[in-house]
Amino acid sequence: MTSATQSGRPAASAAASPNQLRRHEWLTLLHRAAASRRGAIGLSLAGLVALVAVVGAIWTPCSPTAFLYAPLQKPSVQALLGGDYLGRDVLSRVLAGGWVLLVMAVAATVIGVSFGAFQGIEAAYLGGRTDTVIMRGMDVFLAFPAIVLALLIVGTVGPKLWLIVLAVGLGHVPQVARVMRAAALDIAERDYVKAVELQGVKPTRIITGEILPNLVSPLMVELGLRLTYSIVIIAGLSFLGFGQQPPAPSWGNMISENRIGLQTNPWAVIVPAALIALLAIGTNLFADAVARAAIGADRQVEQAFVRTEAAKAAQ
Amino acid sequence: MNVATNAPTRLRVRGLQVCLAGTNTDVVSEVDFDVALGEVLGLVGESGSGKTTVALSLLGYARRGLHITKGQVLLDGQEILGMPERELPALRGGRVAYVPQEPAAALNPVRRVGKQIDEILRVHEGRGSRGGHVAGRVHDVLSSVDLPTDRAFLRRFPHQLSGGQQQRIVIAMAFACQPGVIVFDEPTTGLDVTTQRRFLGLIADLCATSGVAAVYVSHDLAVVGQVAKTVAVMYAGRIVELGPTATVFETPRHPYTRLLMRAVPSLDKAEVMEGIEGQPPRPASRPVGCSFAPRCPGVGPECLSSPPVMVDLSASHRVRCVRVRSEAQRTSGRQVIPLVDSAQPGPAVLEVEGLRASFGTNEVLHGVSFRVPEDSCVAVVGESGSGKTTLARCIIGMHTNWAGNIRYAGEELSHGARQRDGDVLKKIQYVFQDPYTALNPRKTVGQLVAQPIDHFFGLARAEADARVVRVLEDVSLSADFLNRYPDQLSGGERQRAAIARALAAEPDLLVCDEVSSALDVSVQAMIIEMLRRLQAEHRLAMLFITHNLALVRGMAQSVVVLSQGRIVEEGPVEQVFEHPRDPYTIRLMSDAPRLSPAAATGSGKMPEFRADRATER
Repeated sequence: MTSATQSGRPAASAAASPNQLRRHEWLTLLHRAAASRRGAIGLSLAGLVALVAVVGAIWTPCSPTAFLYAPLQKPSVQALLGGDYLGRDVLSRVLAGGWVLLVMAVAATVIGVSFGAFQGIEAAYLGGRTDTVIMRGMDVFLAFPAIVLALLIVGTVGPKLWLIVLAVGLGHVPQVARVMRAAALDIAERDYVKAVELQGVKPTRIITGEILPNLVSPLMVELGLRLTYSIVIIAGLSFLGFGQQPPAPSWGNMISENRIGLQTNPWAVIVPAALIALLAIGTNLFADAVARAAIGADRQVEQAFVRTEAAKAAQ
Repeated sequence: MNVATNAPTRLRVRGLQVCLAGTNTDVVSEVDFDVALGEVLGLVGESGSGKTTVALSLLGYARRGLHITKGQVLLDGQEILGMPERELPALRGGRVAYVPQEPAAALNPVRRVGKQIDEILRVHEGRGSRGGHVAGRVHDVLSSVDLPTDRAFLRRFPHQLSGGQQQRIVIAMAFACQPGVIVFDEPTTGLDVTTQRRFLGLIADLCATSGVAAVYVSHDLAVVGQVAKTVAVMYAGRIVELGPTATVFETPRHPYTRLLMRAVPSLDKAEVMEGIEGQPPRPASRPVGCSFAPRCPGVGPECLSSPPVMVDLSASHRVRCVRVRSEAQRTSGRQVIPLVDSAQPGPAVLEVEGLRASFGTNEVLHGVSFRVPEDSCVAVVGESGSGKTTLARCIIGMHTNWAGNIRYAGEELSHGARQRDGDVLKKIQYVFQDPYTALNPRKTVGQLVAQPIDHFFGLARAEADARVVRVLEDVSLSADFLNRYPDQLSGGERQRAAIARALAAEPDLLVCDEVSSALDVSVQAMIIEMLRRLQAEHRLAMLFITHNLALVRGMAQSVVVLSQGRIVEEGPVEQVFEHPRDPYTIRLMSDAPRLSPAAATGSGKMPEFRADRATER
């Protein structure tokens, strides 16, 4: 079969872009995601919320834990968002109540995805009994919804922040492992992996050196997706009282504390709820944009693959 | 065998041009040819030459991203290209039939073969056909390709047929509606040489008897020689030479055709193979003048100024070269490789004894024994399914389910590569069949070649880098390639990189598994020559595995012929090639397509095909 069509395309279209960029595929992916409309909207939403949280970590108009106003005081010029159910400044508490959530979500995501990815790739590469043991173990984990698992762990040991991070991260592991295993199964069978295997290179080095670089796209997509879940689960736990303990402010427990005053000063509930929602929507949109960029990147690889097949078929 | 016969022209193509959609970049241009009633035209070219694009436009079809922009395709005087969309389905399959590469892919795996032929007939012969009439036609169609016509056969599913039978069903379907033109798109890919030979005879036969004009697309000159009366050689989207097969094969006049013929390995003599340097230009970057000029040994200033036009050398022989009349004919043959004295082979590097290999409980190698002496090349020849790749994989430790003995330098090897010690892993290197999957797409050539150096030698950075460059030089890749990724390389360059990676470990034994089968002929010749040079220079022992007998002739000192997991013949190359003893080897030799003029005159009317065909039922 002739590959006239294929050769018509510019050489893999990657030849045009500097090879430097190809060494950092994840940067390229982020860049392309941010350049898309969806990605740009997601990034600005999430960025806005992150900005609020970061500013609050450094500066607040008044102390978030001082009793300044009457309980559930309506907004005024002095108190822009009014007071909460104990008369503390809602604006200060909103500002100060975000950064812990962000740090925890990122940490839980990184832990969950890296551990899950390693398990999944290992299962795919080693196969056989290792595969069965790892994946059946994952299936058991999968039977518990992430939030129930987190509640179980935190409920028995106590609401320690590091424990929440660990519990939420652990909840991601089986899902991530399944996705990465599926992606790695294909790669692990490729000749280029075998070529290195035949030199007697150790499995861990093959996983990190040969297989992982080919899994950057699904890994990035998983990171984005799991970050969204982490945010929602951690905020949810905080709403249920498993998170930062009073009087420390957090968006989740603000919603829960101020529910009783919803009619008097709704801002104490609406603002933290909106911030959580915006953050989750923003990261989700961006993750989606990354996924689409990854498909685009894969399509290029795919085109190269089609050329390959055409050349093979020519024989 | 006069080509200018008086048979009326069935298919006429004039000024055909196909462009990348939405651009003026032509992929194929200025294609003119005629095919007379009952004749077969061979369309030959390497990958990217545009041969399939031309073939598909005969059905009024262009692949996605392409657009037929100019020209005429006349079928019995009727224009096909301008046809309204709704008339095309009747045309395709009805008046112009297409036989694709993979018969298995063309047949629906879940429908019985009888039904599938029946369907074609009903679609094209009108809904009014009575059941009895169609059934009779199915019978005729099957018997025309010498397949059984009983009910039991019609009720079979495609997977219950052999590759040859599947291919015949597809042919039968193509001929079923008595089309005017049939386009064959490399339909013998994947068939063994005997089936292929019968099949080519069948095609030529059917075309001659049914008055079909056929276009046979192939990259393989020898195959085309067996079936086609006229041959058109394509290069960079143009026909560069068109003429009677015998004339073109004996006295090729276009420099590209000449070089291409020289790149085809010979079964009959051990010769130095000559590839063609460089690569064909991509459609968007073709030069102003002759597209072949950058690679042409006889290039002159007039070649660069304007695109060459077709020159008529005779009524039937046309060449697209401005210098065709002025350039002296280069008639020298290829350099013959002197016979090495193989009477006294050195001590064995590799000894295989009673090797039995299995997949699960299914044994595919039944006690194979041979030895590879040091500093020499042993070829393992066999058709697909003979177990040759499994043999290679047992030796390198990739296939672990085997019994018997494999000794390297007198030492028993463990089954899997994981159990073998580092020194053995370093000394035996393997080159994969497909250079497109053997290189990690996320690594540069530099990283790929450095990998074994880092792993086996643990040198300082500067020293390792210098060694990478040196190894790349060995395979004729410049230092420019260090930072390139595999998808930025051509097939030949990829295979060079893959060979460089194997050489980087400084092996004693190189196992090459079909290393050139994914490459074009002109590239294959260069890779094989390079391997031959490297084997001598590095004093390597080599196990060269291939299905292509002709490659072995100049490459190896001794041959092992493998058939269905058993060695049927082995011995020094000259002996096996000149005086094969085993019937299998004899058949393999006689059925392999050759470029020799005798084969080139073949009209397919060889009587033995009839007899052969009867036996395959």
